[in-house]
Formats: sequence, C-alpha cells, structure tokens
Amino acid sequence: MTRYTAVTDADRQAMLEAIGVASVDELFAGIPQEVRAAAPLDLPDGLGEAEVYAHLRELAARNTSVEDEISFLGAGMYDHYVPALIDMLMSRSEFLTPYTPYQPEISQGGLQVMFEYQTAICELTGLEVSNASVYEGPSALAAAAYLAKLTNGRSRFVISRAVHPHARETLVTLCAGYGMSVSEVPVIDGVTDLAAWTSAIDEDVSAVFVSQPNFLGAVEDLGPLIEAARSHGALVVCSADPLTLGILEAPGVLGVDVCVGEGQTLGNRLDFGGPSFGFFAAREEHVRRMPGRIAGETADVDGRRGFVLTLQTREQHIRREKATSNICTSQALNALAGVVYLSWLGREGLVELGELLAARTAYAREKLAALDGVSLLHDQPVVREFAISLGVPDLAAVRRVIARCAVDHVNPGHPLAIDYPEYRDGLLVAVTEQRSRADIDQLAEVLGRALATERAAAETPSGGAEA
Amino acid sequence: MDHETAMQRDRAVTIFEKGQAGRRAFSAPAIDVPERSLDELIPARLRRKSPARLPQVSEPELVRHYVKLSRRNFDLDTGFYPLGSCTMKHNPRLHERVAGLPGHARLHPLQDPARAQGALALMWGLERALSELAGLPHVSLQPSAGSHGELAGVLLTRAYHAEHGEQRRTVLTPDTAHGTNPATVTMAGYEVVKVGTNAEGGVDLDDLRAKADRDTACLMLTNPNTLGLFDPNIAEIVRIVHDVGATAYYDGANLNAIMGISRPGDMGFDIVHFNLHKSFTQPHGGGGPGSGPIAVSERIAPFLPRPVIVRRGGDGTNGSGREFDLDYDRPKSIGRLRGFQGNYGCFVRAYAYICSLGAAGLRDASETAVLNANYLLARLRQLGVTELLPPAYDRICMHEFALTGGPMKHELGIRTLDLAKRLLDHGYHPPTVYFPLLVDEALLVEPTETETKETLDAFAQAVADVLREAREDPEIARNAPYTTPVRRLDEAGAAKHPVLRQAL
Repeated sequence: MTRYTAVTDADRQAMLEAIGVASVDELFAGIPQEVRAAAPLDLPDGLGEAEVYAHLRELAARNTSVEDEISFLGAGMYDHYVPALIDMLMSRSEFLTPYTPYQPEISQGGLQVMFEYQTAICELTGLEVSNASVYEGPSALAAAAYLAKLTNGRSRFVISRAVHPHARETLVTLCAGYGMSVSEVPVIDGVTDLAAWTSAIDEDVSAVFVSQPNFLGAVEDLGPLIEAARSHGALVVCSADPLTLGILEAPGVLGVDVCVGEGQTLGNRLDFGGPSFGFFAAREEHVRRMPGRIAGETADVDGRRGFVLTLQTREQHIRREKATSNICTSQALNALAGVVYLSWLGREGLVELGELLAARTAYAREKLAALDGVSLLHDQPVVREFAISLGVPDLAAVRRVIARCAVDHVNPGHPLAIDYPEYRDGLLVAVTEQRSRADIDQLAEVLGRALATERAAAETPSGGAEA
Repeated sequence: MDHETAMQRDRAVTIFEKGQAGRRAFSAPAIDVPERSLDELIPARLRRKSPARLPQVSEPELVRHYVKLSRRNFDLDTGFYPLGSCTMKHNPRLHERVAGLPGHARLHPLQDPARAQGALALMWGLERALSELAGLPHVSLQPSAGSHGELAGVLLTRAYHAEHGEQRRTVLTPDTAHGTNPATVTMAGYEVVKVGTNAEGGVDLDDLRAKADRDTACLMLTNPNTLGLFDPNIAEIVRIVHDVGATAYYDGANLNAIMGISRPGDMGFDIVHFNLHKSFTQPHGGGGPGSGPIAVSERIAPFLPRPVIVRRGGDGTNGSGREFDLDYDRPKSIGRLRGFQGNYGCFVRAYAYICSLGAAGLRDASETAVLNANYLLARLRQLGVTELLPPAYDRICMHEFALTGGPMKHELGIRTLDLAKRLLDHGYHPPTVYFPLLVDEALLVEPTETETKETLDAFAQAVADVLREAREDPEIARNAPYTTPVRRLDEAGAAKHPVLRQAL
C-alpha cells in the first residue's frame, strides 16, 4: 500500500475471496512467463512527500528563471504577468481534475468555458469559428496544413522563412507522412520577400503560411501576401501572437482562411515550454474539417440553455481513419486560462497593453541601437520584440556576450544564429510589461559593457581568451 | 420543471453577457518611457480598426462567474470516476506545488541549457524511469499527448523503412483499437488494415498472419487491450509482425495495468507511448494538458525527434557526463513535432509521482488497479448485475473490464446510455459508454488503484439499484438525469444548427 492507495491486508483478503482467487499474483496468471519482467524495476525506493518536495525544490534551484534575472528572452514564449485569479481558478478541483466532457450534463462548467473561449478567439482573430484548443503554436500551424490538404488536395506548401523556426520544422516533420513538399520564401529587410513569395505560389500550392508579427519581431504587411495566395486559390494560414491583436489588424479581417498561434501569452506561465495551448480559428466554410473539440450551444429537454461537444463526426473516436485529425486530449485547462486572461484584460486592456508594449519596445530598441557596434537588423514596425546586430563576428561571440550579461543578472535575449546562420551576430530582444524602463536602462548598460569587453578581448593578441 | 434544483434555476449566462462598458479587472502599468503616438510606431493601415469585443467586467464579477461555472462540473476530487481507458486516478496536490515552484514554472524554454540544469536533469531522470518501465533504451519526451506520440511513432516507422529503402503502405490495427490509432495512420500517410478479434478477446492470429505482409509498415496494439484483457499470444503477435519486417507499436494508454510486471520492450515492441495524464497523474484538466512521451528500441533511436537530452563532459561518453545539454545535431531525426522541449509542467508532475512511489510503489499501483477492477466485477456479479450486463469476455480482467448492455436492453428496455445518465443522479461519473465498438451496448469500467473498497461497493450497489428501479419503471432511467445542472441535451440539434460562439 502506498499513500495513494487504500487496500489494507483485510481488504485484500476480502476482495480476493470475492473474486475467488488466492492471491493477487493469480490475477496476473494470464501473462505468459516469457513476457514477464525478469527483475524488479531498477528505480529508487519511494520517498515521503516532504522528501519529494525537497528534491524537486533542489532541482528548481539549479534553474535560472525569469525571477532570478532581468530577462529579455522571448522568441515564441514571453514573460507576461499572470494574474493571481488564474492560479486560483486553474487549481480548483472542478477545472483541474475532470476528463474531457463526455457527459455534458455534469460538465457544463467546462463546456461553457470552451464556448466562451471560442467566442474570444473569434473576436481576437476576426474569424467565424474556433475550436476548443490544440496542443501549442507550432503544431497548430501543422494542423492547419492538414486542413488545407483535406480541403484542396494540392501538393505543396509555401512558408515564409520569417515564421518561427520551430513551426517551420514541425510543418516539415508532420507533412512528410502525407507526402507534401514545403518551400521556404526568404526574408528581406526583416519581412517576407513579397516578390519571392508571389513567384513561389502557383496552382499546386495547397496553403501558404505567414506569421504576425514574424519571428524577427516585425509586423508583416499581410494584405499583399494574402492577395498573392488567394489569386491562386491557395489557403492562407497566419500564425499570430494573440496579445498583439489589440493593436494589429485581425488576420481574419484581412482575409486569411485560418489563424493559429501560441496561446502561452494569454495567461499561461512559461513552464520551460509547456503546457500552454494552441488556438485554431477559421472561416466558417472550413468548420467541418477543423481538428479537435468544438463546443456548441443547445438546450436540454426542459428548454434550459446548455452546451455540448459538437460536430463530433469530424473526430477520431467516431470517424477513426477518416477523421480530420487524430487529436484527442488537447489543452482545455490552458485554454481556460486564456479566456480568463482575455476577460481580465478586457476590451480596453488588450489595447492598452499593446500600446504599452509598443512604447517600451520602441524605447528599448532605440536605447540598444545607440550602443557602440550595435545596429538594427531591420527597421520594420514592431510590437514587443526586435532584432539587432551586435557587431561581433559569430554565434560564439554572441554567446560570450550573453554569458557576460548573465554575471550581472541580465539576459539580453535569444541568439538568432541558432536558427538563422545568415544573422551570425543577431540578437532577438523581447520586452514585456514586466520589464520597466529601469530594467531596459540596466540592459543597455550591461549589454554595452559586455560588448566593450568582447571587443577588447578580440583585439588582444591572445585571441580573446579571458584569464 | 416544478422541481427544479437551485443549480437548474440558475440559467447559463456567458461572461460576454455580463459586465458593462467601462468596467475592468486590469490596471495597466504606468507608461514610464517617453510617450509615443502609435501612428509613429506602426502605420495605421496595419492596425486594428475596431476593438475585439472582449468582456468588460470587474475582478469580483470575473471570479464569481468562473467559480460558479466550476460548480457546474463534476470532478475527480468530488466523486468516483470509473471512466474506462482514461485511468482517472488521484492527482496528488504535491505535484501542483512542485510544478508551481518559480524555478520550474517561470523557466524560459530558451534559457541557456547551462542555466537550466535542474530542468534537464529532471527530464533526464524521467526519461530513464520511463525507459525502465518500457524496457526500451531511448526516450523522447516531446509529444504533447498520446495521439501526438502515436503520430511520432508512425513517422519514426516511416523513417526507419525509408532508411532501408522501403516504401510500405499499410498499418495494422485491431478492431478494438482506440480511434486515435486509425486516425494517426491516415495522418502519417498510411492505409489502415483492420485485424479481427478472436473468441478470447485477443488478436485473431490467423487473420494477422493473413494480413501481415511486405507492405505492412507497422502494427499498432494496446496490451492489455481496450477490453481490459492481456493478450497471451503477444510474443507470437510481435514475431509475426517482425517476420515481415514491420515495426511493433505499443499504445501505452493501458500501461497502468502492468507497471513493473510486464514491459512492452520485453514483449518485443519497438515503440511505446506513455500517457502522463493517465498512469502518471497529470491532472486531466477537463481535456488537457497531457503529455505523450515515447520510448524506442536501438534501431529506431537515430530517428527520434530532436532535440535530444544528452550528458556531456566527464569521460566524454554520452550518458555519463555531469553536464546536461540539448543535442540538435541528429542528422537522421524526423525533426520536431512541436515547439520547445514538450510539456515540461507535466514532466515535473510525472517525475514527482515516480519519486514518491518508487519501484515497489509503481508495481503496487498496477497490482491494486487490477485487484480493484476484478473486485468491482465480482461485486457486480454478486449483486446479480452481470445477469443483465455480462462481461463481454468472461475471464480475469486487468485494470478495466467491458460489459455488454445487450441483455439489459432486451429485458429491461433501457440502453447503456440510460444507465449512464441515471448514474449521474447517484453522484457518479459513468464508465465509458459505447466503446470498444465491437461490444454491443458497451460499458467500459476502470476503477483505478486509488479508490477504496467502500467506494467500489457503493458504486456496484448503485448500478444494481438502477437496474432494479428500471425493472419496475424503465421510464425513470430513460428520462434521467434529473438532478444535474441541466438535463439531457439536444446533441443532434447542436450538430445540425451549430452555434459555436456567442453572438455579440
């Protein structure tokens, strides 16, 4: 018996008698000897609750979190403030512990949350239908690709190189099975190269993928990109950062077919990359090919308003090999955080937060661009993230600069050359509302000093090795 | 309608229908940098013209709305949840506490690995434990849920065959399989070939032999299967599949029956997925988050999703050094399945669970899950329930068992759905209904190891009571439930005229 089970010796005896066997081992008699584990599991003995807590606390202490330094890391996940009421709601048993709502009469809370979430996502994206969430951002983009494949059966995808590198790689991984090819359109001046984009799209293209803002932080001019694709009948998929949609035009209004994205910025913590949620919204004509759960409004036998999972004939448990996706468990609890966060921000707050991010980011961008050796990697409009060149020779030098900043408890951002060798000294800097002007001033000072040290070390005959 | 409960009288009102213009819960931080007109920063033509019509509510309104909504949910902490194939075991609250430590919860996924050593050590430790449970040497934690792990597994199979210059076309799945298996096969570009079930509830070996050929890429199998039965021919099944050069994929949804007792690797499987939200206590959250790590054999390992966690330093051999790192340099990898490193928050909970239970505790969990399931079946038999709801296959079960409601329907005139709905009035979440598909009027019952004997006794009695009541008046069950926040809902109407968002 462990602390999570309750069968006493007396219970076991009574239970075995009721079953009509002499021992628990007898219950496993149907497992042939040749496939029995030869030895006990080679794992440590169990620990008490306090010991497990201490061990996990010790592991946590070996991580440098955004509480331990002034962090400007972004590149897909961002350190926005998560209001306390979200912690409280997410830890309520009634939201935390149920399964997927297969019995709607006792799941109205969760189903209504899904309905409200879908409404909020439709509003945000300017599209007509939303599902109740998918896993996370990059795989949401790949899920949109599968919808396009089911819709038009064409053979090729076109994706902007300014889309998140994890999303581009995920698309290639997941469409390999059903035999699609993927072509990538280069970036020019920080945004998708419209000329190359236009010439890459023809009648074989099933869908095109663009991101708003893009991975380099730049706001894309979506209008011409969408037009180029639609004129060839390709579906347009936009991966958007939902928190910027208070000030940026809704992709649905501009004419995209599907808008997906990473939902972490909506009330979910960083969690070293997950769990968060992916959102998935589309024009109405695509609803019967959408992946995942969808909640719909209906009424009970007495006429009371209620909610159910609906359009389930799309789904794997009904349609099996003909399903529009294999997704089952998605991210209901994280999507709950998303709709609560959007309600907390509210109609005005979403705009105000966007304005604040834009102002702080503009300030940081100017501060850093003024440092010796630093230049802007592009001068496109940005909301909360921007890219700079540090004026050092390579990725190794960028890493040394970041390591020097770490000594002063500042994390200046993400090295772009990890995914974009062409930006060998690039740095992606994100500014959330949790980074004050004082934090930004501190970043400029620390980064400036680290760069000066790097340049001085590079000029010494020893080749830059520090004592 | 005369006897409405208080909850029923409280009609559903959405957050969008509450609030007033001007109300808010958010106060923006002061703009402490020089004020800039948005026109100066972002051209007007790229900007939003009309605001998203989000709710306008105060914090107290917001909290009350969602707390009241939560009370319209049934949950595992409130009552018994014997939902077959879902492993609704207790979710220890310790796990929420440790997952919430800022060093875990507020760690950025792109933090330099040198400064995320605790997280990588935890992931390494979880990988080693899952490897040991699977009996397979290599693990990727990246997949986000079971179905995502399945897709990874079939794509790994594709990469494996491509490496050997082969283009195979089909994947075998038993007719008892979870729906995710065939759906995955299609998404991975293969065709499904169904394999039949024999009289004992296992794979029909003759049918398997007839259908396994050089076109077979893979067999996907759950064992114990979705009938709750361990297939005694498992070694032979895997042999047949391997003999035609195909891989064997183990759907780990039912791993809770056999932890430390029998390992998929020992059965010969090449690829296994785990559901951390089933056997390893990640709370299900009303439909996620989950996590679906995979374990694989040596021959599949080169193709694993990247990045892979490695140990560097020490004597220079991967696996022994002291420093953890993420290795992207994997030329044969199928690539990423998602962003970043996977659902780390779920890893923390699963790892804490494994630390708590240890080797003996994990085995005890499986033994107790199987004991509880067989005991519940025995109680149902003692109470005469199985005369109307006989087991689909009458033998010792593993962690769950399938009943058929055919005789109940014939004799009492109520369907499995009616029984399920009447159980709601008794305060229970019903078992899984109408799955597996090959069982008529199926009821799939999985009590898990964390329930007491008293709970199992009471549930068995409730089922017996519903049947006795139905013998007297079947209309009661046919019109149930009566006490839930809403009663039976018009699902057909919802699908016919979909209303998928609030009209604003």
